[in-house]
Amino acid sequence: MFRKPPEAPDAVLVEVEGRPVRVPPGASAAAAALIAGLASTRTSPVTGEPRAPYCMMGVCFECLLVIDDEPSQQGCMVTVRPGMRIRRQEGAREL
Amino acid sequence: MSDRPFDLVVIGGGPAGLAAASQARQLGLSVALVDEQPAPGGQIYRAVERAEAEGRATALGEDYRHGLGLVRAFHECGATLFASHQAWQVEPGGRVFATDGKASRLIEGRRVLVAVGAIERPVPIRGWTLPGVMSVGAAQILHKTIGLVPDAGVWIAGSGPLTLHFAAEIVAAGGRIAGILDTAHGRLPETALRHLGGVVRGWRYVARGLGYLARLRMADVRRVSGVENVEALGEGRVERVRWRSGGQWQEAPASGLLLHEGVVPNTHMTMAIGCAHDWDEAQKCFRPRTDRFGMTDVEAILVAGDCGSIGGARVAECRGRLAALGAAASLGVISAAERDRLAGPVEAEVSAHGALRGFLDDLYAPAAELCVPPDDVMVCRCEGITAGRIREAASLGCRGPNQVKSFTRCGMGPCQGRMCGPTVTATLAAALGMTPQEVGAFRIRPPLKPLRLGELAALADAEAGE
Ligand SMILES: Cc1cc2nc3c(=O)[nH]c(=O)nc-3n(C[C@H](O)[C@H](O)[C@H](O)COP(=O)(O)OP(=O)(O)OC[C@H]3O[C@@H](n4cnc5c(N)ncnc54)[C@H](O)[C@@H]3O)c2cc1C
Ligand code: FES
Repeated sequence: MFRKPPEAPDAVLVEVEGRPVRVPPGASAAAAALIAGLASTRTSPVTGEPRAPYCMMGVCFECLLVIDDEPSQQGCMVTVRPGMRIRRQEGAREL
Repeated sequence: MSDRPFDLVVIGGGPAGLAAASQARQLGLSVALVDEQPAPGGQIYRAVERAEAEGRATALGEDYRHGLGLVRAFHECGATLFASHQAWQVEPGGRVFATDGKASRLIEGRRVLVAVGAIERPVPIRGWTLPGVMSVGAAQILHKTIGLVPDAGVWIAGSGPLTLHFAAEIVAAGGRIAGILDTAHGRLPETALRHLGGVVRGWRYVARGLGYLARLRMADVRRVSGVENVEALGEGRVERVRWRSGGQWQEAPASGLLLHEGVVPNTHMTMAIGCAHDWDEAQKCFRPRTDRFGMTDVEAILVAGDCGSIGGARVAECRGRLAALGAAASLGVISAAERDRLAGPVEAEVSAHGALRGFLDDLYAPAAELCVPPDDVMVCRCEGITAGRIREAASLGCRGPNQVKSFTRCGMGPCQGRMCGPTVTATLAAALGMTPQEVGAFRIRPPLKPLRLGELAALADAEAGE
């Protein structure tokens, strides 16, 4: 859906679902998941459907991710750090 | 961890908050500004300093670069900046609680200016929960912050100035837009005639809109007008988009679908504080009740910018300055006469930049089917509640959003009703034959975002140690 960004010299190396991905500095964790090409970033604990970031500005809470083992992080509001581990959130009603 | 009390705590570093902070400092007030983004700029000027440093700002347009001046003036004004801090509770007396994701802190203000901007109006259509369906604003945020552009097969569906602006921005940046499904049903010539005065006075904005259209035509971006009933289809992800225009159903393959039906004030915070709100029929949204300086019915709380009423960036900037004048006068720092003298030219600017608003509100009013969707459309994404369930609750006697919430769980998920609130109010109003004002909105309770215990513990420790 989005074109792979040109590799920046100061790209940040993160891990998305265990795979190394280089993302532009200033990217959010949700953006990193999109760049990594994840088809969806969580499954709804209520309906079981796959979901993905919708608003990217902290409104919809569809971007809930497991970041550095901490579940239910609002991925669009967290800026990537080198080595950050980002995983899909499966179900679990955590909030 | 209570910092010294500030004369003014500004929440939100968009044009309204930035202008308010600078103006308040000029009047001699001590000022703190809290924003959940890592850098000031707000929605329109998001990441403007980064974009400038990376040489991308000019391509994003003169309007975007205007923000650089505002941000630089703010950095020089002597206000204290709490960046990457999300305000999760504001007390009517002026205490603001904010977290940086690890720990919370208390920031006290004698006055608090809520300048948290707008959110995009929810666009409840069939399939809008499928991955690959996002808002236009979301895609714009990806572009502004890290230069990401849509690739082949991404459609835009909706209406409003931002759709054209964004599409033109993407085409200029070398990205692709498969087509624009224009859902505006206001008819351009008639609407323009009805608002002739505004259109003439707002000609600069009209010219800009025509410029976007010309750029899109040159890039051969397909535009379909008179579109209704947009649907996203696919297994686990959007694969096709379907719509009706001129009475005909049409379908096209899609790798993504970007929705937008204008913006509405982000009233979550002012509602939680307990400020009075009124239904605005022209803009089809609730907004806080204020005087001309943005003072609400709660003495310590002021409002400026798009969270008060949708007016666009330049109006927000002016409203920020007016609110600073209001705060200074209410604290006795300047006299009422001085406040009014300084306000005159700012108010003239408001009316110049706001000239086109009535025309835009009319032309881009959301379609009835989007405000009051059919039974099978999901309204509450968090809890998976359809419009049909809301009507059922109404037929069983629920008279307002809060009853619907306890009956169905609608609005009880992590977004706290931000994504379904407007639709619930409109759907109930239609079902009960009441006005949105009578039906009301969800009652919002702090915290405004779910907190982890650790974030609160730090605050408790600090308070105990004081
Ligand atoms: C997604 C989106 C994109 C837009 N793009 C454009 C555009 O390209 N051009 C245009 O003319 N208009 C655009 N607009 C309209 C825009 O709202 C106004 O033009 C302008 O930005 C309004 O200024 P403001 O200062 O009122 O609010 P904003 O600029 O929205 O600033 C509000 C600030 O408050 C912060 N905030 C919100 N809640 C909290 C909280 N709880 N704690 C701390 N900080 C918080 C936000 O991070 C943000 O920085 C856009 C609106 C949206 C919603
Ligand atoms: S994508 Fe909407 S809250 Fe993060």
